[in-house]
Amino acid sequence: MEIAYYPGCTLKTNAKEFEESTIEAFRKLGIELKELNKWYCCGTVYSLATDNLMYRLAAIRNLIKVKEEGYDKVVTLCSICYNTLKQANLMAQQDEEAMYKINSFMDEEPDYHGEVEVLHPLEILKGMEEKIKENVVNPLNKKYAVYYGCLLLRPKEVAIDEYENPSVMEKLVEMLGGSVVNFPFKNECCGAYNVVSDREAVVERCYRIVGNARKNGADAIVTSCPLCHFNLSEMQKEIKKTDFVGLPIYYFSQLMVEAFGGRKCKEK
Amino acid sequence: MSLLAKVEELSGENLYACYQCGKCSAGCPMVDQMDLLPNQVILYVIRNDESVVEAKTPWICAQCYQCGTRCPRNVDITKIMEALRLIKLRKNIDYLKIGKVKKNLPQIAVVSATRKYTG
Repeated sequence: MEIAYYPGCTLKTNAKEFEESTIEAFRKLGIELKELNKWYCCGTVYSLATDNLMYRLAAIRNLIKVKEEGYDKVVTLCSICYNTLKQANLMAQQDEEAMYKINSFMDEEPDYHGEVEVLHPLEILKGMEEKIKENVVNPLNKKYAVYYGCLLLRPKEVAIDEYENPSVMEKLVEMLGGSVVNFPFKNECCGAYNVVSDREAVVERCYRIVGNARKNGADAIVTSCPLCHFNLSEMQKEIKKTDFVGLPIYYFSQLMVEAFGGRKCKEK
Repeated sequence: MSLLAKVEELSGENLYACYQCGKCSAGCPMVDQMDLLPNQVILYVIRNDESVVEAKTPWICAQCYQCGTRCPRNVDITKIMEALRLIKLRKNIDYLKIGKVKKNLPQIAVVSATRKYTG
């Protein structure tokens, strides 16, 4: 099976290992993630003002590209891309007036009304329990704190799972032979792009999130968002509190590759 | 145009639906960095107290949607925070000074921050 893949900026730089491991793990499961021939920035963080359609054009333009290349589904890995594309797509399906304006503005491109389905890889993995289990040759045997962050779960209209108590990633970790610790911070925000403007606030978030995972006995944190990954791993270095002991942060796809017999996750 | 009218127009939200239960502030992950609680922000706007436009709270909000998702009155406070940011940004008053941005940040952080903190 082949599905269109939209990378976004960070998957080509900071989160290169997320892209590589996801493509490798999905290939093992018989799914080829085929990168779009042409793609643009997703528009980054969905604009919320009632009158700000301009900021939604980029997302719609990408969805038109997906359709033009002959696909009806697109997978994206980054949580911000996922959220932006999915919310824009929802608008395209529901808000006729907004789409009349957008389609008239982008008159060189074909009209769009939300025909494409935007998916996150974790949604695809939900129905593949048997296939995942039969590929495990190197069970994980570690304890993980699973961290979703915000944008895969909220607003609830675009959630990949039950938005207050998701379980798709926990189930995946268990299928791969790992165990899951209790982790009340799993659907809380990491501070996101505050790292650019109020870095200390994100260092504080990192202290609380990683500290709680460790208190609950985790050997590592598993996440699915490149920005969560950056904030939780890099900001650990800036925590000055003496009681803090860090944890390694992995993408769920890196665990899949390890369990499927590929490259092992780095210890630190 | 009053502050309340501006915020209602930009956000599309009915602020009078709020009955000040504080559930938004209880769930907000960034609340310990804020100068006004999210529920207080609504109260200030309803009273047309312009000092709320200068508050730190809307800029600390990371648009994680926790408040609006849990609101028992369906007030999407995330949109109200965006409206307050836009009142400044649309006057060309940026919150983020691009020259002061540190190096070695992922693109996704920098692009998101410029989208939310510059006009």
